This record gives sequence, C-alpha cells and structure tokens, in this order.
Amino acid sequence: MQSAASSAALRNAITEPAAVRWLVSLAGLGFLVLFLVMPLIAVFVEALRQGIGPYLAAVVDPDALAAVRLTLTVAAIAVPLNLIFGLAAAWAISKFEFTGKSILITLIDLPFSVSPVVSGLVYVLLYGAHGWFGPWLKAHDIQLIFAVPGLVLATMFVTFPFVARELIPLMQQQGTEDEEAALVLGAGGWNTFLHVTLPNVKWGLLYGVLLCNARAMGEFGAVSVVSGHIRGLTNTMPLHVEILYNEYDFVGAFAVASLLALLALVTLVSKSLLEWRFSRELAALGH
Amino acid sequence: MSSQSIALSQLSWKRPSVLPGFGLTLGYTLFYLSAIVLLPLAGLLLRPAELGWAGFWHAVMEPRVLAALRLSFAASFLAASVNAVFGLLIAWMLVRYRFPGKRLIDALVDLPFALPTAVAGIALTTLYVPNGWIGQFFDLLGIKVAFKPFGIVIALIFVGLPFIVRTVQPVIQDLDAEVEEAAFTLGASRLQTMARVILPTILPALLTGFALALARAIGEYGSIIFIAGNMPMVSEIAPLLIVIKLEQFDYAGAAAIGVVMLGASFVLLLAINLIQRWSRRWAD
Repeated sequence: MQSAASSAALRNAITEPAAVRWLVSLAGLGFLVLFLVMPLIAVFVEALRQGIGPYLAAVVDPDALAAVRLTLTVAAIAVPLNLIFGLAAAWAISKFEFTGKSILITLIDLPFSVSPVVSGLVYVLLYGAHGWFGPWLKAHDIQLIFAVPGLVLATMFVTFPFVARELIPLMQQQGTEDEEAALVLGAGGWNTFLHVTLPNVKWGLLYGVLLCNARAMGEFGAVSVVSGHIRGLTNTMPLHVEILYNEYDFVGAFAVASLLALLALVTLVSKSLLEWRFSRELAALGH
Repeated sequence: MSSQSIALSQLSWKRPSVLPGFGLTLGYTLFYLSAIVLLPLAGLLLRPAELGWAGFWHAVMEPRVLAALRLSFAASFLAASVNAVFGLLIAWMLVRYRFPGKRLIDALVDLPFALPTAVAGIALTTLYVPNGWIGQFFDLLGIKVAFKPFGIVIALIFVGLPFIVRTVQPVIQDLDAEVEEAAFTLGASRLQTMARVILPTILPALLTGFALALARAIGEYGSIIFIAGNMPMVSEIAPLLIVIKLEQFDYAGAAAIGVVMLGASFVLLLAINLIQRWSRRWAD
C-alpha cells in the first residue's frame, strides 16, 4: 500500500518541473492568442470600426442580403442531400457484410483530401462551356456553371463525407441487434429505420449535419471557381466578402464576415454541447 | 421472404442478412458517389490526356507553374512543422495541465475548422499589414509579413493547427501513467522519460497530424489569397494559378496543375495510411 506521501511523490515524478510547465503553458497560450483569438477579435473590431450605424447599413445592404439568401439556399439544398446520402451509405456499410467495404469507405472520404479549388475545377471541366457536357447543356439551354446549380454541386462535393463519416462508425458500433429485434417483432424495413435506427443515431446525425452545414455555408475556394461572381446573383457570403474587401470596402467586408464568424462561434458552441451530450449518451447506452 | 431478398442472399460477395434495404441503399450510395465525386474526378484525370504526355509535361514544367507548386509545398511544409511543435505543446497542455478556461480553449482549437477561410484570410491580412496590430511590430524590425511568402506561412499555420492538436490529444490522453511511473522508479529523469518513453508513443499520431496539416495547407486557397501578394513567380500559390488559368480558358493547363495537386494529396493519404499501419504493428 502506498502512503499518501509516496503517491504524491510519484505524481510529482511524472509531472514536469513547475518552471517547464509555466513555459509550456505560456508558449501554448501565447500561440493560441496570436493565431486564433486575435483574428477572431479583429473581425469584429474592423466591422465596428466606424460605429454601429455603418455596420448595420452594410449588413442590410441589398447585395449582402442577396448573398445571405444564396448561402442559405445552397446550404438548404446541399446539406439535406448529403444527409440522405450519409444515412443510406451508413446503413449499407454498417448493417451488412460485403467485400469492397473498405474501398467504399475510402472513396467516400475522397473529397476531404481534394483541394477546394480542385473541387470546383472538376465541375467546370465537366459542365462548363468547354466541358465534357458543355455543348449538350448549351444545346438544351441549361446553365450549371456560373449559376446557382453549379454552386450547389460544388458545395455538395466538398461537404460530401461529413454526415457519412459521423454515422458509419457510430452505426457500426451499434451493430444490428436492435434492428433485428424489431424485425423479429414484426416491424417492416421503414418502420425499423424510422423508429429504431434513427433515434439511436440522433446525436451523431446532428453532429454531422452541424459540421456539414458549417462547411457548406463557409466554403470559398470551390464556389469561387464555379461562381460567375455576379454581384447579387451568384455570390455567396464568403464570395461577397471577397468582393467588398477587394474594393477596399473594409467595413462592409468585415460586417458580412462578422456574420460568418458568429455562425462559426455558434457551430463551435453547438459542437461542444453535442460532444458532451453525445459522450453521455454513449456511456448511458453502455457501448 | 421476398424474391428480392432471396436473390440478394445468393450474391457471393455479400453475407446473407435478414435486414432489408441493402440493394436500395447500396445502389443509391454508389449512384450518388459516382455522380458527385467519381465522375468529376475522372473528368479531371482525363482532361490532360487531351494534351498527350508531352503536352502535360510542358504544362506542368512552365516556370510559373513550378514556382507556384514550389511555393505551395514549401510554405505548407514550414507551416506544418511549426504546427507540429506548438500543436504538441498545446495538446499536452490541454490534457495534462489544469488551468481556468481549459474547456473554452479546448473548444477554441477547432476555430480554424469552423471559420470560413475567406473570413480568416481578411482577418489575418488586417492583422499583419505594416500598420496592423501585429504587423506594426514586424514593421519595426523591418520585416514585411503581408503580401509576402511569410504571410502565406502565417495563414497556413492558422488552418493547420487543429489537425495536429486533435490527432495527438487522444493519444496523450491514453498514455499510461504506469509506464511513466515505472520509468521514474527505474531512475529516468523527466527529460529522459519524455524523450525515450512518451515521444515514441506519440510519434505516429504526430506524424499523422503533420501529414493531415500538410495536405490541407497545400490545397488551401481562401485564407491565403488575401495575405499573399499573388505575384507570379514570387507569392502565387498553385490553387490561385489554377483559377487564373481557368479564367484564361486554359482548361488543359488548369487541369494539369489540378492533377499534380490531386497526386500530392493521394501520396499524403497513402503516407498517412502507412503511418497508421506501422504504428498499429508496434502498438501491440
């Protein structure tokens, strides 16, 4: 049996001396303040540099509002579509055994390793005026690139894996017992899915949707390539920020940026809450 | 049993199951994956084929393209290295030390994941211009940060930080105190324990985080184009060159650079996989 003194000595032995701890903490915190906190504060300071009046005027400017509407529209289409995909993929992968599963998972993760600009580039190469399907689209008078559909497609590409990545490990961990029990008790496929599977994965699903949404609304590189940069029409909020900044309208640019920064903060808070709640759920389920 | 499930149970590559919906979900998954991801990527890979091998080589070997690729890779490597050091410190601090506001700081580490790149770009530029909050100190020393390659490295440090911290944190958390205690009782100093016991255990995770940060940095666009000077041959990154070539309708040239960047991403992905496999072999 260890005495209190010797266990305290052991605890001290596996910690660094106080001087080192202070140094590490200061270096770490200093780094974080320099690289993370200051940019965040700078956004709000610059937005309010000329006071609250110009800030509000910039936020309700028609082009800014159009950009907000477009961002919300694009996210409202891309996120649900990727959500449905995520559920379908997670069901196929976690509830069944088949060869090629790991290849499928790797392919689903592909968009994560592709640069945002390349993500937009691939769609221009496919559906642009000189793309594979360019002539066909032109003949049928359909405009995908440099229009809203192109924005949606590019956003779908970059946010493709988010929901699936959260659901697959979760549903794999939960196994098939609950669903099999439901089937034995007479529930059909859809009923089982809606009333057994979905409630089991709700926190993971919410988490995945949150991350997917944050990325969808904030994406810049991919949509920049496929957008026509037409003010008021094909500019999402990040693109609008770029235009305003390049015109030296700093208050305007930072005003719109501050909305995006607020979105980021809400995402971070929700993420932390979900992680905390999620781990409690997992612990409670005994998984 | 429906006729569909009887047919499915005879597939040789799938184990029989009573759960419904395999055909539907797998079919939809493959369709959606192909339409959104695979087809466009195939389009990218095949586009330089128009130029032929010689044409592709020439498109990539243009001085401006090479300069852009060199800049992207070098700046990313430098930024990922800085992040490896400080990310390790921060992860260690978050796991091992107690201090007020730890939860807040822990959540804050994910900021680069959540903040749109354009917002980060303009914020960093404003900070580092010669009369900015931080830029003014560099200006006193005569160092220019904004609109120079140095600024690019700063921006890449911002975007890559969470990758290191989040990859290393769980490993530090799982470190067994008993191993450190055993090292102590065997006479090792804290420094020796760090170097010989702890560091080798964290190394695979650190390398993985480094590779992830590197991969992200190479492709980064939005955070950089505001703070970089975007001058050809000097401070022009590869993704920007792709955009410029697209605006000039040089689709094949843009695709050539895209293929190189895709290739680099895949090499890094492979490296990450290998690191993880190597670490698993030594873990047990």
